[in-house]
Amino acid sequence: MLQLVLFNVTNGLIIGAFFVLMALGVAMILNLSNVINFAHGNFLALGGYLAYMLVPSIGFWGALIVAPLIVAALGFVVERVMVRRVYNRDPVYSLLLTFGLAFIIQDVCRYIWGVSGLPLTIPDSLSQGLSSDLFFITGYRVFMMAIVIVSVVGLFLFLRYTRLGTRIRAGTLDLDTVAALGINVRLLRSLNFAVGIYLAGLAGVLAAGQIGLNPNMGDDLMMPAFIAIIVGGVGSLTGTLLGGLLIGVASALTTTVMPSAQEAVIYVIMAIVLLTRPRGLMGEEGMLT
Amino acid sequence: MSSTELQAASAKPATAVPAPLPAPLPVAGARGVAAGLPLTGIIVWALLLSAPLWLPLIGGYTALASRVVVMGLVAMALNFLLGFTGQMSFGHAAYFGLGAYGAGLTLRYVANSTGLAMLDGILLGGVLGTILGALICKRRGVYFAMITIAFGQIFYYIAYSWDSVTGGYDGLRGFTRQPIGVGPFVIDILNNGTLFYYFVLFVFALATGVMSLLLRSPFGRTLLAIRENERRARFLGIAVDRHIWLSFSIACFFASTAGALFALLNNFADPTSMHYTLSGIIVIMVVMGGMRTFWGPLIGAAIYVVLQDYISSITVNWMSFIGLLFVLVVMFFPRGILGMIKQRSAP
Repeated sequence: MLQLVLFNVTNGLIIGAFFVLMALGVAMILNLSNVINFAHGNFLALGGYLAYMLVPSIGFWGALIVAPLIVAALGFVVERVMVRRVYNRDPVYSLLLTFGLAFIIQDVCRYIWGVSGLPLTIPDSLSQGLSSDLFFITGYRVFMMAIVIVSVVGLFLFLRYTRLGTRIRAGTLDLDTVAALGINVRLLRSLNFAVGIYLAGLAGVLAAGQIGLNPNMGDDLMMPAFIAIIVGGVGSLTGTLLGGLLIGVASALTTTVMPSAQEAVIYVIMAIVLLTRPRGLMGEEGMLT
Repeated sequence: MSSTELQAASAKPATAVPAPLPAPLPVAGARGVAAGLPLTGIIVWALLLSAPLWLPLIGGYTALASRVVVMGLVAMALNFLLGFTGQMSFGHAAYFGLGAYGAGLTLRYVANSTGLAMLDGILLGGVLGTILGALICKRRGVYFAMITIAFGQIFYYIAYSWDSVTGGYDGLRGFTRQPIGVGPFVIDILNNGTLFYYFVLFVFALATGVMSLLLRSPFGRTLLAIRENERRARFLGIAVDRHIWLSFSIACFFASTAGALFALLNNFADPTSMHYTLSGIIVIMVVMGGMRTFWGPLIGAAIYVVLQDYISSITVNWMSFIGLLFVLVVMFFPRGILGMIKQRSAP
């Protein structure tokens, strides 16, 4: 029994870690640019596939570093060419644009790499279980958690202490003033978009090592990412982090008690939050619209 | 500076740049504001009523026409909320799908009655939409969109995983629409595709008639006021949240009406008809046709349905083309077809 609980909690933490990585990326773009990036899950898949292509030549470790960077660069270009054109329009247009992008990226992945799943080879040193009792805690899972923790901490330090990070935070609060202070807001938004996409690419490489690759691999993470943002509260990355962890752990605990309700529980949490605290756990009062 | 002032200042650029969209519509005495130009309405109805006559001549078929009308209805239902109330729902496929499952499940398990199936489908989607709408109407803008998507996915997962009742991933089969008895006459909509088309058109006429009446009523004018300036509407004492909730509910009822017709059309219902992908497709129909016009969504639906039918018959990569269509419409035709015509003909 204890083993079962541990098994589910481990799973839940790992799922929660992916929720958090996805949700933080989506939230960064949403907070600064008011754009919901529907294609986020497809950038995740793209990261995984790029790693798949790179592993034979530069190995897993090289791919882990390079693939997310390439995806981020692609995100930067996409923002410059397309997304920035719809910033000042009704939000419905940015939604439709990223929706179309999601279709295109998914179809291109399917065209190049096929519909069936592909495996991503991970180093032998990471694929062993810790012990025969705790076979489910593989080195790779520990490693994934470590990477996620490092990147989330890194992201918060980056936003807190670097000049670019401070500008992104300021822009989230009041973009007009930031622009009036002489900061290049267009570049700021592009870079911010790229950082968000980088997180998706990183999640993609990590997920590919665990569950393999398929063109829809990011889709299942989109809804939890949205819900993490809604639960956590508008405009607050800390809230998004909390929201992601909360629904990850909640769905893991539910799996132990009642496996069939695992999907349902995160929606229930969202409904409860909307009923009792519409602005979300850490959302600010004046930001209802 | 209080937080509301701050918000007003920061919200300004987003709302003050309506560049690609027309300023407030002419309201005073313009009979055709809600119903579009009367001329458009006449043309649309003439084409719809005569479709079985001219469609085969250009290589179409009646089932395609039925599909256009059904998708046109769900797009017009969404436009009630999107175009006339100014709220973005990206989860409307859920209520469309609920209508389809409601009708399908009734025919499969309860009774062989088309009328009852329609009623159940409409009620299932409409009532569930109304309940969730109470939560959804508390937020605005992109958050409204995100919540509608997330709630919509609940029904997708239910339909997907409740194998024993809904047929799961494979969809719900094993039911057929039934002939309708009217007094001593029997209208055989089962075997006669043209009769079924006119049945669909009859329901479409009722639904769009009600929508048009609602939009001309004081209630409809209030929705327009909320769309144009929510803050001002609130200051005038309008219960904004409640109006948006009602509008959402109405849009759900008409979407599930279209969904019920969709199940009857295909004798089939499947989870993809509830997925947010379809919600996005419904939104692009609305935008492509013209989201502040009454008939625009129908035109958008016609273009989409015909295009998809054609593209998916010549290539397996139709998703790329549809995605490209999204991008092109957003970047180059944001007003939609009727929106552009309307603007050109305006003085």
